[in-house]
Amino acid sequence: MTREQIDNLIAAGEVAPAAEALKAFLRASPQAGTAAFVTSRFERIAGRLSLTRQKIAFLRSFTIEPMIPVLRALAYEAGIDAQVMVGDHNVIAQALIDPHSRLHAFGADVVVIAALTRDLAPALWHADGDLDVAATDAAEQLGAWIGAFRSHSAATVIIQGFEQPPYATDGLLDALGGANQRRSIEAANQALADVAARHRGVFLLDYDALVARHGRLVWSDAAKDFAMRVPLRPEAYQQLAHEYMRFLRPLAQKTCKVLAVDLDNTLWGGVVGEDGFDGIRIGVDYPGSAYRAVQLVLKALQRRGVLLAICSKNNPNDVLAVLREHPEMLLRPDDFAAMRMNWDDKAANLRAIAGELNVGIESVALLDDNPAERDWVRSQLPDVHIIEATSDPLEMIEALRRSPVFERLALSAEDRARTGQYRQQQERSAAAGSAHSVEDFLRSLEMKATLDEVRPGTLSRVAQLTQKTNQFNVTTRRYTEEEISRFAADPNQFVRTIKVVDRYGDNGLVGLLMGRVDRDRCEIDTLLLSCRVIGRDVETALLSDAASLARARGATLLAGRFRATAKNAPAGDVFARHGFTKVDDSADGSMWQLDLSHQSVTTPEWIVVESAS
Amino acid sequence: MNEAMLLEVRRIAADVLRKSLDEVPASGTRDTIAAWDSMAHVNLVLALEQFFDIQFKPEEMLEMLSIELTAMLVEEKLAGRGAR
Repeated sequence: MTREQIDNLIAAGEVAPAAEALKAFLRASPQAGTAAFVTSRFERIAGRLSLTRQKIAFLRSFTIEPMIPVLRALAYEAGIDAQVMVGDHNVIAQALIDPHSRLHAFGADVVVIAALTRDLAPALWHADGDLDVAATDAAEQLGAWIGAFRSHSAATVIIQGFEQPPYATDGLLDALGGANQRRSIEAANQALADVAARHRGVFLLDYDALVARHGRLVWSDAAKDFAMRVPLRPEAYQQLAHEYMRFLRPLAQKTCKVLAVDLDNTLWGGVVGEDGFDGIRIGVDYPGSAYRAVQLVLKALQRRGVLLAICSKNNPNDVLAVLREHPEMLLRPDDFAAMRMNWDDKAANLRAIAGELNVGIESVALLDDNPAERDWVRSQLPDVHIIEATSDPLEMIEALRRSPVFERLALSAEDRARTGQYRQQQERSAAAGSAHSVEDFLRSLEMKATLDEVRPGTLSRVAQLTQKTNQFNVTTRRYTEEEISRFAADPNQFVRTIKVVDRYGDNGLVGLLMGRVDRDRCEIDTLLLSCRVIGRDVETALLSDAASLARARGATLLAGRFRATAKNAPAGDVFARHGFTKVDDSADGSMWQLDLSHQSVTTPEWIVVESAS
Repeated sequence: MNEAMLLEVRRIAADVLRKSLDEVPASGTRDTIAAWDSMAHVNLVLALEQFFDIQFKPEEMLEMLSIELTAMLVEEKLAGRGAR
């Protein structure tokens, strides 16, 4: 949307769409000029939006004005109407101590003390004099001002720590028995942290870490500093605004409690339904290593008290197999406080997750590699916080670490244990609710299955399935096309295929059952399913069909062998689930039997079965 | 003078000065555009630096007396860099 279109929306009184358009505008061009535009337009509509007002006073030793429009735009984006006061240059002490200062008249909720090392502690900056004393003095002086301020104000205080110079004044000697400037500045910062710890509502902003992260040499602009006291480059002002937002969001309670994550190409590379348990990329080799690093970041967020949830279009059984058994996964089922794995709309699933975890939808963040899903969720639930990253896992890591919505200013033992509490609650309700929801899910798929014998056109796919299928495969016998066609040519044997179409599209030929009739006994030689349809009762349709064929050929027993492999656990209970009885257990697997004279296999009503032959 | 460049500079100046595009003509000067005070000038210079990925010297900032002169300076900077 252009500036003119946004202005038209505002003129027409379309306040909410205008706000969303302004946010999108800022995302598309996160620059100083755009921020000024966005701020000026938000000002016009702020009165009609539901925003949290925050009064922020900056006491500063340098020009911070270029940062203000950026900060205000980011605050509006977060749902905060930031009212800003900027103190006069270098009147920090007076403003804090004097109960009649402009600062007190302003009535700040948050006071930021933004002073540079060279202004507040010149001896440290120039390594001039006794640096141990200088470090102590600098911190004590600030501590005394804050103590005086606390005696008449309860406002939150953010102290900006001391930054290191790009080059130590003594050069190499600094670390080789020289002035030890670096260590002294670190000591001053530690003393500031102690000051912060002594007071309620006083926090230290690690300014040195911020500068170092972006690069000391590209942070400042010496020429403009000398000429007009504008020491920072535009990018630095922007990053400074982002850093302040890390504090302002938790103070205004504009953070997220839940991070919902997609799975395929987000927690691992590839699509588990397509590539299979063994085909997804996760582990020590790139790109699996990058996805593992994403999981490490998620674990760290969890320790910060953020609840993780799964919101993914997937087969639950595929996913659970990976979560439970994949050796390279760092995240396990217990790490997720809620899971939604189905083919329903993601916005509905996010609403359900918020409901289950009993948080507002504005407390939910979403990490998803698919831009279409992100846009859809944004359009349906504008209050969900979308983590801005492409499908590159490294970009996701950066976006998660950079995000202000997971910042916490304090952490309780309860925060750290939170996921466990939700898990217990979830397990209690699972017994009551899950069977119902799985059935709903299967019904919602509107599956139509077509059973057929193997034909010349499907021969290569059938052979390929026997070659490739590892998970849902009871005997894991591999066949060539030639072998399949010979098997099918024997009148006492049959090769049955199943195709499945659902409301999301055609899954193609996804299942196979090969049987051999010997007098009154029909034995299943092969039963397999593509991982695309595991967990959908498609095997029931194949078994029901096999039972009918066996009966028609005079058999009274349907038998099947399960040979366990490293990978076929998903098929482990298939015979037991369909009423078969175990009759033998040997090195070659377990043998199961169904008595066809008084037992049958019924396909559930949510699969409509057609027979092509 | 590159017209597209001039429009971009006017656009950024309008954003920073919180004016409409029409209120920031090429001929506009620091005398005729009231909002263009010294703090706004700093903000404008930084916004231009960020947008065009250039850096101005303090001396050059003093030459930016009108929108047109500002756009010419941006153009010179970009040309001097050889790229674009």
